[in-house]
Amino acid sequence: MGLLSDPVRRRALARLVLRLNAPLCVLSYVAGIAWFLALVFPPLTQRTYMSENAMGSTMVEEQFAGGDRARAFARDFAAHRKKSGALPVAWLERTMRSVGLEVYTQSFSRKLPFPDETHERYMVSGTNVYGILRAPRAASTESLVLTVPCGSDSTNSQAVGLLLALAAHFRGQIYWAKDIVFLVTEHDLLGTEAWLEAYHDVNVTGMQSSPLQGRAGAIQAAVALELSSDVVTSLDVAVEGLNGQLPNLDLLNLFQTFCQKGGLLCTLQGKGLQTLLLMVLRQASGRPHGSHGLFLRYRVEALTLRGINSFRQYKYDLVAVGKALEGMFRKLNHLLERLHQSFFLYLLPGLSRFVSIGLYMPAVGFLLLVLGLKALELWMQLHEAGMGLEEPGGAPGPSVPLPPSQAMGLALYVLPVLGQHVATQHFPVAEAEAVVLTLLAIYAAGLALPHNTHRVVSTQAPDRGWMALKLVALIYLALQLGCIALTNFSLGFLLATTMVPTAALAKPHGPRTLYAALLVLTSPAATLLGSLFLWRELQEAPLSLAEGWQLFLAALAQGVLEHHTYGALLFPLLSLGLYPCWLLFWNVLFWK
Amino acid sequence: MAAAMPLALLVLLLLGPGGWCLAEPPRDSLREELVITPLPSGDVAATFQFRTRWDSELQREGVWINLGRSSVMSSQGSSAPLSTSSTPPTQSLPLPPSNPWVWPMTLTTTFCAMLCCRGRWSAPKTSPPGRSSCPVVPRASLISFHLLQAGLSVLLKADRLFHTSYHSQAVHIRPVCRNARCTSISWELRQTLSVVFDAFITGQGKKDWSLFRMFSRTLTEPCPLASESRVYVDITTYNQDNETLEVHPPPTTTYQDVILGTRKTYAIYDLLDTAMINNSRNLNIQLKWKRPPENEAPPVPFLHAQRYVSGYGLQKGELSTLLYNTHPYRAFPVLLLDTVPWYLRLYVHTLTITSKGKENKPSYIHYQPAQDRLQPHLLEMLIQLPANSVTKVSIQFERALLKWTEYTPDPNHGFYVSPSVLSALVPSMVAAKPVDWEESPLFNSLFPVSDGSNYFVRLYTEPLLVNLPTPDFSMPYNVICLTCTVVAVCYGSFYNLLTRTFHIEEPRTGGLAKRLANLIRRARGVPPL
Repeated sequence: MGLLSDPVRRRALARLVLRLNAPLCVLSYVAGIAWFLALVFPPLTQRTYMSENAMGSTMVEEQFAGGDRARAFARDFAAHRKKSGALPVAWLERTMRSVGLEVYTQSFSRKLPFPDETHERYMVSGTNVYGILRAPRAASTESLVLTVPCGSDSTNSQAVGLLLALAAHFRGQIYWAKDIVFLVTEHDLLGTEAWLEAYHDVNVTGMQSSPLQGRAGAIQAAVALELSSDVVTSLDVAVEGLNGQLPNLDLLNLFQTFCQKGGLLCTLQGKGLQTLLLMVLRQASGRPHGSHGLFLRYRVEALTLRGINSFRQYKYDLVAVGKALEGMFRKLNHLLERLHQSFFLYLLPGLSRFVSIGLYMPAVGFLLLVLGLKALELWMQLHEAGMGLEEPGGAPGPSVPLPPSQAMGLALYVLPVLGQHVATQHFPVAEAEAVVLTLLAIYAAGLALPHNTHRVVSTQAPDRGWMALKLVALIYLALQLGCIALTNFSLGFLLATTMVPTAALAKPHGPRTLYAALLVLTSPAATLLGSLFLWRELQEAPLSLAEGWQLFLAALAQGVLEHHTYGALLFPLLSLGLYPCWLLFWNVLFWK
Repeated sequence: MAAAMPLALLVLLLLGPGGWCLAEPPRDSLREELVITPLPSGDVAATFQFRTRWDSELQREGVWINLGRSSVMSSQGSSAPLSTSSTPPTQSLPLPPSNPWVWPMTLTTTFCAMLCCRGRWSAPKTSPPGRSSCPVVPRASLISFHLLQAGLSVLLKADRLFHTSYHSQAVHIRPVCRNARCTSISWELRQTLSVVFDAFITGQGKKDWSLFRMFSRTLTEPCPLASESRVYVDITTYNQDNETLEVHPPPTTTYQDVILGTRKTYAIYDLLDTAMINNSRNLNIQLKWKRPPENEAPPVPFLHAQRYVSGYGLQKGELSTLLYNTHPYRAFPVLLLDTVPWYLRLYVHTLTITSKGKENKPSYIHYQPAQDRLQPHLLEMLIQLPANSVTKVSIQFERALLKWTEYTPDPNHGFYVSPSVLSALVPSMVAAKPVDWEESPLFNSLFPVSDGSNYFVRLYTEPLLVNLPTPDFSMPYNVICLTCTVVAVCYGSFYNLLTRTFHIEEPRTGGLAKRLANLIRRARGVPPL
């Protein structure tokens, strides 16, 4: 660092940064993208390995043989459910009690902020049923959870059947050291959220629910199960949870080990880069991909197993799935400590390979370096310009657009939900539509902001004004993206990929219309739209433009809803953080 | 010393009952008893009790009792009774519960809680905290009854006892007066073992039981040294209309009493009664349900409690205790005692007690704050529980950061918080049943608060497992050193850059070499540098 305190060499370095700024920025950006793409290949990916000693070997003998019983339970459940039209609580209670569990129910209700059109629900009320298998001669200080979320349609009844059959089998064993909770939730994730909040006696989302009568100590791990057919061709595993949280890698390893042991086909969607990109998109969305995602907030390691029944020839029955689950639970039963040995931050280009945080962070580091270089250049230019000039008198400008853009962000966050009733009174739209349209309207209204602020800004120092504003905006963006990348790498990376180049380019000279178009294309909302198209492309179900737009509107509504129902942070992050920051660049572009 | 005690007691447990049957201490009396209680759920509870009275003077300071090859030591002085158990002491739980309202504890946690951990924080600073200072007793070595040969102890077969769903053992030693004036004392040693056999695991789903089915042994002979050797079977009829339970062989006598507020009938089998065993060379008591109990929720006791940690994250949390009074019309007070380790820093101002949505003011509160590494928090309250209500007692805490040597070898397991203790006089079931009023003599209504209207209960809630903020112990040095170095180097130089002002100073005279060169140049007539 003597390099920087020596004025001569410092000047040389400054000249280098100034002269080579553009090539360095391009190089850094390309390096970031290339690094990310390289994450799929072996030197950067490692084979997964089990770190937790207590789960080291798979030497347990699975004895589950209740395939017929599971199918019978599933049939009964489906029949009772069809008859009652809701979760057959009484039947579940009776059945759980008959297999020897301690059974409790929990009723909950929740009024959503506006009607959820995707799931067709508004005033939700339901009942969760759970049975506790008390470990013999133990003190109920620790427990494991097997949960089946039941939605409004009659899928997932095979999962309930398997859960009950497993409960009956587990009940007859003497080796349990941890209690096991068998949980069936209604209204899928809403029920899970209600149960978790009641179990931990907190209220984070405004859920109204009856307090739990039975508890089983600290939950160590949870597995959510989704099965909709008597046979499966493969088991898909979902790890991405709320706000991009991931379970400890050892849980995934455990699942994979038992799949291999039982000869079961276990998959992550896609292949190679496709898998990696799908995972990045799923994680970036910040929504829980399965009811396991809600457990992660309470530091309960959890994943969702999803039975896939495709056209493949070879199929597995419920016994194979049950054996894998039995093996996992017996191994989790051995745990002495919470899962903590393996990675919490990783990316998966495949089920048996992973990329650790040390290897994927440079990708986003390179992207953020662009912003740093640009900011350094601006600062030096400002510094040089400032040498010659006296203080130009009056406000230097850059702080002027800041409060209005933050206010726009706040309006974007608050108004759509708050003003839905006003909107429905004055326009012929439903509440959900009103929310989405208000969102878009406020978002677009932000673009008109520069014309309003111009009158305030003095024009004494034309260049210094926008340069200072851009400097502030660059640093603000870099800080935000850096923080996001630390907690949710995928989101940080995705936003950096789109926002960084145009943020670096934005200036009030040159081809302004081109810059404006670019800037609009890389705004947070456009990134969301683009991600949807990419997502469907990767799933090999490409979207047409109209479909894409419909999906985009639905995604906006879902984003707002998930913030209110589960506490997902993507919506406030975009509206309060990135959107105002992006508006600053828009201001820079239209600086006069 | 505290650490040695559970081990010694264990040895005592291992060798105790058998030792009594073999050795011949001088003036010694042994009474043994087995109580079998069929529970409404279909499970069966069996409680063994061996009570020994030893008529010998012992030292006044520090009691040593030699029991054959085993010994037990009491550090409490001679006149204080000593008791320990692998569950909460059994005098509070005369019936081993199979219902979820009374919580069994593991051996490890209890010995820690009863002897080790509670004493540990009051021990001097040199004792390192954490469970490392507490001997963890492997469960499998808990019981091995290889010395047992006669009497009821024949039934104690280890592999059967480990197929049970509940398991509790206790040792009590107390002085008893030998005569009315108490001029000399004897010592009484009481050893109890309670197990609950699980209808689902041991009974393979069937609800008919026999001694052989439970213990895979039958009774063949009484212990020759025992002055009393009896088996009691609870044959109380739960329904009014007909008998629900049948025992075989038919008992010779029965015994009635009010236990924990309910009227109970017991069938008695006396092993010392020679006719009892001689008839068939062995005694295999069988229980048959006339009408098998339905799969329904077990009856709810009047007082039960539940305790849990609420909140998430590693900074704060809340300890909540739910106290249930399910009595339809009677309120009663409960004494709640909480000892909370110092590393959960309690905020006493957040203590809230609510019943039926209203604030419930305790009539008595005693709070002794914790001292770091010295003593735990002690909170004692007398709370009135309204009839048919749930009372919630909650207090917030902050999780402390321990010194890194203070963590246990398994810090991610969490730290145990010992159970709260509830002591109460609970209104008895006998007084609550209107049916009994009809049958009882009329003068009973003149004395409504009779002796049997209340019974004393001490309940222990479940122990809690609390996670503390735990550093990553796997690589402390390289991570800490590397980050410190990087931060120091970067921060130092950036700070330097940002705060220092730089001036470019033109050298006025130049260096020595330059001056020399100029001298030479001047001599040569060339313009100086």
